[in-house]
Amino acid sequence: MSQAIEQPRFTCALGSCQSVVAIKKGVPILHSGPGCGGQISRIIGQGEGYAGGSTAPCTNAEEQDVVFGGEKKLRSVIENSFKVIDGDLYVVLTGCTAAITGDDVAAVTTEFQDEDKPIVYVEEGGFKSNNYASHERLVNAIIDQYVDKFYESDEKIPGLVNVFASIPYQDPYWNGNLEGIKKLLTDIGLKVNILFGGESGGVEEWKTIPNAEFNIVIGPWVGVKIAKHLKVKYKQPFVQFPYLPIGAIETSRFLRTVASAAELDTEKVEEYIRKEEEKYYEHIEKMASFMLEFRYGIPRRVYSIADSSYALGFSKFLLNELGIIPGTQYIVDDIPEKYQDLVREQFENISELDKKRDIEVVFDPDAGNNQLKLEEDAKKYEDKRILILGSAWDKNLASKLNADLLIISPPVQYRLIMNCAYVGYQGGLRAIEDIYDIVLSTYR
Amino acid sequence: MPTINLAEPSVMIREKRLGTINAFTGTASEIVQKSEEGSLRDAKRKFSQCLGCNAQQAFCQLAMIKDVAVINHAPIGCSGEFSDFNFTYRIEQDKRDLPEDIGRYFSTNIQEKDTVFGASKKLEETIHLAYERVHPKAIFITTSCASGIIGEDIESVADNATKELGIPVVTCSCEGFRSKVWTTGFDAAYHTVLRGIVKPPKKKTNKINVVNFWGSHVFDEIFARFGYEAQYIMPFASIEELEHVSEAAATIHICPSLSTYMGAGLSQLYGVPEITAPPAYGIDGTDGWLRALGKVLGKEEIAEEIIREGHEKYVPQIEKLKERFKGKRAYVTAGAAHGQALIHLLNELGFEVVGASVFHHDPVYDSENREMDVLAHAVKTYGDVKDYRVCNKQSCELVNALIRNKPDFIMARHGGMTLWGAKLGIPTLLIGDEQFGIGYQGALNYARRIDETLDSIEFIKNYSKHASNPYTEWWLTQEPGYFQGGRSGGCR
Repeated sequence: MSQAIEQPRFTCALGSCQSVVAIKKGVPILHSGPGCGGQISRIIGQGEGYAGGSTAPCTNAEEQDVVFGGEKKLRSVIENSFKVIDGDLYVVLTGCTAAITGDDVAAVTTEFQDEDKPIVYVEEGGFKSNNYASHERLVNAIIDQYVDKFYESDEKIPGLVNVFASIPYQDPYWNGNLEGIKKLLTDIGLKVNILFGGESGGVEEWKTIPNAEFNIVIGPWVGVKIAKHLKVKYKQPFVQFPYLPIGAIETSRFLRTVASAAELDTEKVEEYIRKEEEKYYEHIEKMASFMLEFRYGIPRRVYSIADSSYALGFSKFLLNELGIIPGTQYIVDDIPEKYQDLVREQFENISELDKKRDIEVVFDPDAGNNQLKLEEDAKKYEDKRILILGSAWDKNLASKLNADLLIISPPVQYRLIMNCAYVGYQGGLRAIEDIYDIVLSTYR
Repeated sequence: MPTINLAEPSVMIREKRLGTINAFTGTASEIVQKSEEGSLRDAKRKFSQCLGCNAQQAFCQLAMIKDVAVINHAPIGCSGEFSDFNFTYRIEQDKRDLPEDIGRYFSTNIQEKDTVFGASKKLEETIHLAYERVHPKAIFITTSCASGIIGEDIESVADNATKELGIPVVTCSCEGFRSKVWTTGFDAAYHTVLRGIVKPPKKKTNKINVVNFWGSHVFDEIFARFGYEAQYIMPFASIEELEHVSEAAATIHICPSLSTYMGAGLSQLYGVPEITAPPAYGIDGTDGWLRALGKVLGKEEIAEEIIREGHEKYVPQIEKLKERFKGKRAYVTAGAAHGQALIHLLNELGFEVVGASVFHHDPVYDSENREMDVLAHAVKTYGDVKDYRVCNKQSCELVNALIRNKPDFIMARHGGMTLWGAKLGIPTLLIGDEQFGIGYQGALNYARRIDETLDSIEFIKNYSKHASNPYTEWWLTQEPGYFQGGRSGGCR
């Protein structure tokens, strides 16, 4: 899509600098205008992490760099970044200025790579794509320019998998979600390269990417290019689970999908699933009596203004486990057309009882337009309480419709997030607590 | 040289207009002296960290004008701040009892093909889209690095739209690379409003323009005593109010770094007097400011009356708190003039101000009136600041300056720097509301908050034990201005 956007909910290609911040002791070096870093961390990012935000090195392009080129300045900033900031991996990312003026970032960075410095470059240019697509390019660049240097043999480590799931900071709950995914997979007997965040092992973990037996992609599209790249490069097969698994049904399905790909001991995996579901449904019983008996109204329809992975994951969970029926789904991640059918198909088959559900799916990153449509559509449900899965932008709309708003997309302004997660069995329970907390807090 | 020329679509950048610099190492008295002589020169850094750009400053002044739509002619990344300002917009609406609304901000979403085939058409379409969705009283178009380098004639797009839609559609030139001084963005926003919105006066009103962010309305009461009314611009002003700012009795500043382009513009173009005394921070600062205001309004006796009352009511309370700050060493990090005002205020509260890292330095303002030099005033009243640095928001320089100065307390004004105080275990205070410290009440407000910050030491000490430090040992032993070296015109 290329039209104007009101209420942006993602950022430009340079946004993958936040993925660098999410790698332990990763240092992004921005070859960009002076404001770019700030713009990105204001929409995706709370806190500056190890060396992001105002700590991140930047060439801060000025007029003369645009006229005469900024390679010399870049060289100087890279050289001194090694001296000033203690990092394990440095990644040079280019903004619009360098991309338009045509600085040879590859040549400059290669000089340092030749000295065996842990440095990688990604030629982006903010206008070239968005941070969903650039996240894939960033990961592939790190694999090609850094990880591959340490690649010695084809030998695979039994049970080792690479996971490509939440995009750091674009998924506001990325840290918790990645921790949750790692725990689930570890519990069924796998060794997990989660690569980003608190539970990852930093660059040492990245170096073992080639030794994984296979790769797991969670989501309908982001990550597929990484998995395909690895399939060619290190002959690793991949398995894709096309949305974030939230709650018991989807988490068990996810684990079975992975277990079958990994050829794990079915009995052990089933035993784990049985135990987890048992614990989970004990809690669901409490929830059920509340839901069935609460007299003052709880949500009956859910709209998403969210990315495709979240919209699918939450809709499946809310329909099958809480009885909240999905209304129109507004997908704002600018998902390429070739993946849109997959998302539509998942929505068509959303019911666990194979009941036909006619859910309208709108792919449009112009969320301002989506809000107008949603408001109009909601008139059909004047007798129902509405839940909106959205972002900070939807606060007014929610209050206008007397709807409950759960923020699951950037910008998040009204939530402080540390390691909250919605993935897995635990994440499902957390989602229930959060949703009904929002509902109940509206009663005085 | 007249610096305000509305025939030009773009504002002249601060480096050229005012001789603004981004690097200096020395003492406060040295920078004051060099500013007076006009001998300051900038330095180039061999290493730098993320700054901010003038687009953000321009946007923050334009985006909360009540009945407008703003179009950012840029790739989607340049709109990262939209939601942050919308958050502010909503909260401040509530404080002002305004109806709930969201900020109407659009990105033209410039993509690769647009950089090749042009993005004017997209801009035209976005103007129409914004008009249809919002029906605003005016549309502002802010530019970006990408739109600037493509080099299109967006002026004529805006002019055509103005004719077609019958509302002002005005451009604001704020490409990120355009100025090394991000505060040029404020000037760009005022330039936009001066040339596209403000009308020549038809009458004189009893309003006083307060050029500000979205601070609290502390001037209402003070101005009422003089028989005048405060008119807060630009956030939360309406287009209609802005059309008539030329009719005001005077313009005041809460921070000369912010708004002297607007003040000088209204004065030079329409004869609105500008209060050029340093802003009303601290008891002594408030005395001076009130006297200057009284003089301009021809009501000096009222100024004296307010001063007398203020001293009676607030000074004894402040004196009591001052006892607790005696002998404590303070450090300031802030924009520019506001930081200089804080130096003054902290000195007055009994602190020894051991150093300051301010982000830039304007040797003079658009009025060319030297009375406005807040730092000169602080140095004259309380003596020198021995370690005065212009750090261009480089946190690596701040860290080293803090390690060397070992202050007991840090006063910050601007996000992104406070973390370093906390990481080093030093109580650090940032006040968001610029007007919180204005006047006698403001001096007391500050004294109380500082006292509270010094008292709440447990969190800081515990946090500093566990905080990460991304800087190398080598860097932490270097002189803070190390990278300002080489052609260090402004540096010692």
